[in-house]
Amino acid sequence: MNYKGIKVVSKLTTIFSLIFLISFTAFANDGNKGEYNDPVNTQEEINEYIEHHVKDSHDFHLFDYYSNGEEHAVGFPLPVILWGENGLTAFMSSAFHHDDSGKVIVEKNGSRFVKNHGTIYELADGADTVVYDAEHHPTNASKPFDLSITKSVFGILLFGLLMLLWFGKLGRQYKKNAVPTGFGRVLEPLVIYVRDEIAKPNIGPKYRKFTGYLMTVFFFIWISNLAGLMPFGFNVTGQLAVTASMAIFTLVVYLFSSNGHFWSHQLWMPGVPYLIRPLLAIIELAGTLLIKPFALMVRLFANITAGHIVVMSLISIGILMKKDMSAFGSTTLSLVLSMFITLIEVLVAFLQAYIFTMLSALFIGMAVEEGEHH
Amino acid sequence: MEQLLENFSLDLFVKQTILFLILIFLMVKFAWKPILKALNDREEGIKDALDSAESAKLEMQNLQADNQKLLQEARLERETMLKEARDLKNKMIEDAKGEASVQASKIIEQAQAAIASEKQAAISDLKAQVANLSLEIAEKVVKEELSNKDKQLKLVESMLGEAKLN
Repeated sequence: MNYKGIKVVSKLTTIFSLIFLISFTAFANDGNKGEYNDPVNTQEEINEYIEHHVKDSHDFHLFDYYSNGEEHAVGFPLPVILWGENGLTAFMSSAFHHDDSGKVIVEKNGSRFVKNHGTIYELADGADTVVYDAEHHPTNASKPFDLSITKSVFGILLFGLLMLLWFGKLGRQYKKNAVPTGFGRVLEPLVIYVRDEIAKPNIGPKYRKFTGYLMTVFFFIWISNLAGLMPFGFNVTGQLAVTASMAIFTLVVYLFSSNGHFWSHQLWMPGVPYLIRPLLAIIELAGTLLIKPFALMVRLFANITAGHIVVMSLISIGILMKKDMSAFGSTTLSLVLSMFITLIEVLVAFLQAYIFTMLSALFIGMAVEEGEHH
Repeated sequence: MEQLLENFSLDLFVKQTILFLILIFLMVKFAWKPILKALNDREEGIKDALDSAESAKLEMQNLQADNQKLLQEARLERETMLKEARDLKNKMIEDAKGEASVQASKIIEQAQAAIASEKQAAISDLKAQVANLSLEIAEKVVKEELSNKDKQLKLVESMLGEAKLN
């Protein structure tokens, strides 16, 4: 591909992504019969709504409106790709008509699928609704392997593409000129920041090999966190699966790059009484293999999820306190509070990306550190 | 813990792992490698440029010091040259003066010698003329007064005695 073509593609993708992230334009979907005048306005409904939001979903849902006594959901569908008992099946999530309670059955490729609380089940023959046993396992349905482009997967793809275009462009700019122009001027100091403030001080002289991984992690988390604050409500880094995957990446990176010095300290700590050494080895191993990646995983997940929950709870003050404070008072209160929390969340978005990357670098640095030769 | 496990979706985990692995490889290949290489090159370039500027500055300073030294030397040389010239001039004047006085005294001596010989010649000439004159006078006297010979002789002698030389 020639340079000009890439440039045009890059510009277009950036513009479309920004429009996509900021604007509220969406495709209206066909209506769903709902009870008029029953908005989400009680404590329980709001809790459920928030819980639903922080989870991954198979479509983008923006808002609902009522007309002619019918509830219309506004959003747009995403492709559902399933690997079930009859092989690969694909359809758009609009086939479920925004149903999330297992009522709408989609028949495709000889299989029948229902969606219940964000999970798609393949119904067994003869069943028309999912029945659960005491441990909440479905008895008459199986769970196909879900390869769908869900909201989070869409986010991962979009942010990955943006990173590739932005930083790929920056990389190409250096071929012509030692100083980048345009948006590259914004990105360059960030790259230098990650290299000089995170990779170098924590890893030491061998930092070069790991900088690529650390920068990918840093920018991916940061962009995901920031996108989570925009409309459309991406919650990529608030998915436990995503943070777990990244924590395991860090675990794999530092286990594979660890040296003899690291393992000698892990298994047979020098300088302590011999009796304590096996005990210390257990503690050290637990720390290295479990606690460190677990802490990475939970810290990011919990911070981002908590941020989303707090912002939404503060917004719901406007609904819940209406009786006590009048519409104006409760709306003002919720606006002011949620605005401040959102500002704090902007800081948290950066902070969590920084902490995850910094700790990853620190763990890698511990694993590759050379012992002082006595 | 149960809540955590319930939140965990294996499907998403697999998808994220594959996608993130691809992303890391693509980013390293197309973005981070060229960016880091370019940044490194640039930083090294800046460092080199600063170093060479520093060395150029040092060289400049050395050069200036050299120039100063050369200037100092040139000044000293000029001064010694001037001094030598002045000395030479003085010596030449002295020499000329000495030679001139020697020459002058020599000329004076010669002149005195010439004067003395001229004087001697003049005296002898005068003596000869005086003798001639005396003889002529004597002749006349003799011619006139041959009669009164004794008286004449007395007169000649008295006249000769009176005619003193200078």
